[in-house]
Amino acid sequence: MIPILGIPPQALFGQLLIGLINGSFYALLSLGLAVIFGLLNIINFTHGAQYMMGAFVAWFLLQYAGLGYWWALLIAPIVVGALGILLERVMLKRLYGLDHLYGLLLTFGLALIIQGLFRNQFGSSGQPYTLPAQLAGGQNLGFMFLPNYRAWVIGFSLTICLATWFVIERTRLGAYLRAATENPTLVQAFGINVPRMITLTYGFGVSLAALAGVMAAPIYQVNPLMGADLIIVVFAVVVIGGMGSILGSIVTGFGLGIIEGLTKVFYPEASNTVIFVIMVLVLLVKPAGLFGRAQ
Amino acid sequence: MLHRFLIALTAVALAAGPSAAEISDGIIKIGVLNDQSSLYADLTGQGSVVAARMAVEDYGAAAKGLKVEIIFADHQNKPDIGSAVARQWYDADKVDVIVDVPNSGVALAVNQITRDKGKAFLVSGAASSDITGKACSPNTVHWTYDTWALANGTGNAIVKTGGDSWFFITADYAFGLALERDVEAVVLKNGGKVLGRVRHPLNNADFSSFLLQAQASKAKIVGLANAGGDTTNAIKQAAEFGLVKGGQNLAGLLVFITDVHALGLPTAQGLIFTETFYWDMNDRTRAFAKKFAERNRGIHPTMIHAGVYASVLHYLKAVEALKSDEGTKVIEKMKATPTDDVLFGKGTIRADGRKIHPAYLFEVKKPNESKGAWDYYKLRATIPAEQAFRPVDQGDCPLVKK
Repeated sequence: MIPILGIPPQALFGQLLIGLINGSFYALLSLGLAVIFGLLNIINFTHGAQYMMGAFVAWFLLQYAGLGYWWALLIAPIVVGALGILLERVMLKRLYGLDHLYGLLLTFGLALIIQGLFRNQFGSSGQPYTLPAQLAGGQNLGFMFLPNYRAWVIGFSLTICLATWFVIERTRLGAYLRAATENPTLVQAFGINVPRMITLTYGFGVSLAALAGVMAAPIYQVNPLMGADLIIVVFAVVVIGGMGSILGSIVTGFGLGIIEGLTKVFYPEASNTVIFVIMVLVLLVKPAGLFGRAQ
Repeated sequence: MLHRFLIALTAVALAAGPSAAEISDGIIKIGVLNDQSSLYADLTGQGSVVAARMAVEDYGAAAKGLKVEIIFADHQNKPDIGSAVARQWYDADKVDVIVDVPNSGVALAVNQITRDKGKAFLVSGAASSDITGKACSPNTVHWTYDTWALANGTGNAIVKTGGDSWFFITADYAFGLALERDVEAVVLKNGGKVLGRVRHPLNNADFSSFLLQAQASKAKIVGLANAGGDTTNAIKQAAEFGLVKGGQNLAGLLVFITDVHALGLPTAQGLIFTETFYWDMNDRTRAFAKKFAERNRGIHPTMIHAGVYASVLHYLKAVEALKSDEGTKVIEKMKATPTDDVLFGKGTIRADGRKIHPAYLFEVKKPNESKGAWDYYKLRATIPAEQAFRPVDQGDCPLVKK
């Protein structure tokens, strides 16, 4: 076959697919952030720590309760989501009337504390977490070897992303949620418990982070710092997509994963900066992000 | 009367002032500078601080009348931050010697600052063989290991058992580049060839893209010229992508016991690599490891921790002999005195600052061979001290007379 830009097409397809896999993590994480920002107006900087906690809950379950990956996929989001709800009730709800900056400072500080505590307890090199036996091995696609687990990651996260989008944009519950962000007083007047709805929404956003954490555990080490590096990239994804835009975060998540993957082929040294370069370019042209509405 | 009194007072003050052969401000101040919070924190980090403290205690500094103080800082793997700390320590905090400094990028910066200030620098964590090569300094001792020794140990062993075509996955900074260069030289010298290479940013989480490129290269050996969290992630994901099943082999060019612990034996078994210290070598190393682990959250000593311990010990001996902590003189004395400690045995320090001791080729045990946590290595070969490091005349060190 004819090489494209000096790269054989097989290699290029492989890299596109890899980009899509990484993009599914970006999409899942930025989706949670977008939901929280869209409905609570909180810039949730603890998202990375909550992603890490999801992975650690999976590890705890395996280590101390003998419960494997599939249980973790169910239990970890519930546990971390519940902790998120507690956080919202005790601390975050006091900040709704204030400037964004207060929420950002609180959640950022909490993230540092949580990560510090985990690092102190578990060290920085991480804990091993093996692939679930059902998803071990892989398929030879001709142009690349695709591990079954990675295929599962793409499929599952895409499903979760689309389901979330559907619930928020196309159902009655979603309509309440969207109405409550526009005008909470009016929605409350219709007899809907808006504070509870907001609490549950935060819990849901956090669960998405924990879910991504469980999915990441077999690929990366279960490491106290795994979220710290990722969260900055994910914020860039959210900003590019448009703060609070559900569809924007999904599309940009997958899209930037692909762009990053291609950078790793053509100029690997820049692979951890390319997303920020794109962020700068997008903000220059469309300050509200690709899918955002100017307020 | 008052006038005379003042003159007398001044004379007394001058007489009491520091002279050349004394310990500056009466305290030997040791600064441990390393990664306290990121991917190298378990293999250096607080463990190195513990090792330095143990060296001071085991030396019996207090009983010998030496006042020693240990401080530490996090350089966050950034040369600018590391340099700023080193300057602050030397200029304002009266630090006499900086030890450890993993991350060759930071170490090369501190190497130059130490030389400019006439202080002392004991390198354990950094790997670049340039520290005793082009960048060698009369104020630096490079203790534990270097990229040349790793290349010589692991590279040689692999090429000679048939691994003659290589692809490198390299951390894109001073250390990774030096390691790649030194291994490539060994591969080419033994008649092998290098089919390709890719450079990844430091602290990279996802290696799948690079592994795919390695697979496409069809090289027999995929050499990982990186360390710590980067190495563990790459090894783990290589297993996922069926690299070994596809007929290729991984060469972890720098692997520490903390990495093996983090990977777990099912993933790490069979890896072959070079180190200069393993805690389970003899009774003395085991005794050290036991005491060390108790003080370091159960983490057993890496060769870097061992190097910090041994180099601080040798430094204190030199300071006591000289009765001075003036950096250039102490390093000179350290080079002139044969070394002897419980962890590395007897050894020497060359004119270029290179500490000489044996290196070992280890293989990671299979899960059923291990008696439990931290029982991970079996010895494959011992590389004698005189062959373990680059010959002194081949490093282009200006301190070495040709």
